[in-house]
Amino acid sequence: MVEFTLPQNSVVKKGKTFKAVGATKIRKFEVYRWDPETNENPRIDSFEIDMEHCGPMVLDAILKIKNEIDTTLTFRRSCREGVCGSCAMNINGKNTLACTKAIADYKGTVKIFPLPHMAVVKDLVADMSHFFEQYASIKPWLTNDATPPGEGERLQSREERAKLDGLYECVLCACCSTSCPSYWWNSDKYLGPAILLQAYRWLADSRDTDDQARLDDLNESFKLYRCHTIMNCTDTCPKGLNPAKAIAEIKKMLVQRGHT
Amino acid sequence: MSANRPLSPHLQVYRLPLTGLISITHRITGVLLSIGLLLFAYVLYAMAGGEGTYQAMQTFMSFWLAQWVYWGFIYALFFHLCHGIRHLLWDVGKTFERATLTGYALLELACSAILTLLTFFLS
Repeated sequence: MVEFTLPQNSVVKKGKTFKAVGATKIRKFEVYRWDPETNENPRIDSFEIDMEHCGPMVLDAILKIKNEIDTTLTFRRSCREGVCGSCAMNINGKNTLACTKAIADYKGTVKIFPLPHMAVVKDLVADMSHFFEQYASIKPWLTNDATPPGEGERLQSREERAKLDGLYECVLCACCSTSCPSYWWNSDKYLGPAILLQAYRWLADSRDTDDQARLDDLNESFKLYRCHTIMNCTDTCPKGLNPAKAIAEIKKMLVQRGHT
Repeated sequence: MSANRPLSPHLQVYRLPLTGLISITHRITGVLLSIGLLLFAYVLYAMAGGEGTYQAMQTFMSFWLAQWVYWGFIYALFFHLCHGIRHLLWDVGKTFERATLTGYALLELACSAILTLLTFFLS
């Protein structure tokens, strides 16, 4: 459902300020906070960081805050090199991975929020369960009832394999889906760019023989066709992928199927 | 506990890229153009009504505010057309390249401005 404002309990208030005393090279970070153990609204805490003693990435600054300033700051992170997708968040108005984004890419205050239009578990941690349920719904595994030939491997030509480039790299960080206004208003029924890119990854796989059933499942006004080519997904993907194009390819497959 | 989980900020914090702004403008101009058809119908009605209603319509349409609405309508029409063509290109799987997104968006805006100016000077 379309709603432009935040519900009462989600309106963001001003929070605490932590000064960096005696530091010479200071950057300011404003971070969204919400503590489930209080009845208070979310707030923005402001942290000054001494850049002489901080790593270059936004994740380094967040880790420094947790290690040295406020240990209650809660966020997800793991690989710190853009392959796990855990530290996806909204930084200065755009979704990206905190670990691969340099602080030097921003001017002035760095404003950090959880992924947009998601239920907040705590601070920068969003509830991803619905997102992953949607992922499971597209059956993200190889389906082929035929017995594998010869040595037991299903071989692909170079050309067939090349069709998976730009698709297999997706780490399901949800930056794209949570940048999409269509997904904000209709995530209950619309699958969103990340899941649709994954769906196309299996449609494009020469070894998968389940195309018709996969297309039948997607051919529905909400699951697929809530994509209105707004392009926020492609604009924001931290891996440089193109979910909007993948969605267009699914739509094309459905049109072409309709003519045969 | 999960019932009182807040909703994270969305429109409040998201910085829409030019493609996103153009997309919502396409929708808004679509609605405005539909409303503008009422004005169009009024002009047709006035022309069909003979000299009296035609004169009244002329007086009304030369009022500065009506002129602004009139040219706004024409710009909106061309903008809606240009982005409509972009949608047709997207439907056949073209012009999705990341690096070109903003360029195409600017091209749409420029084309609709040029078409409006052409209409202004040729009418």
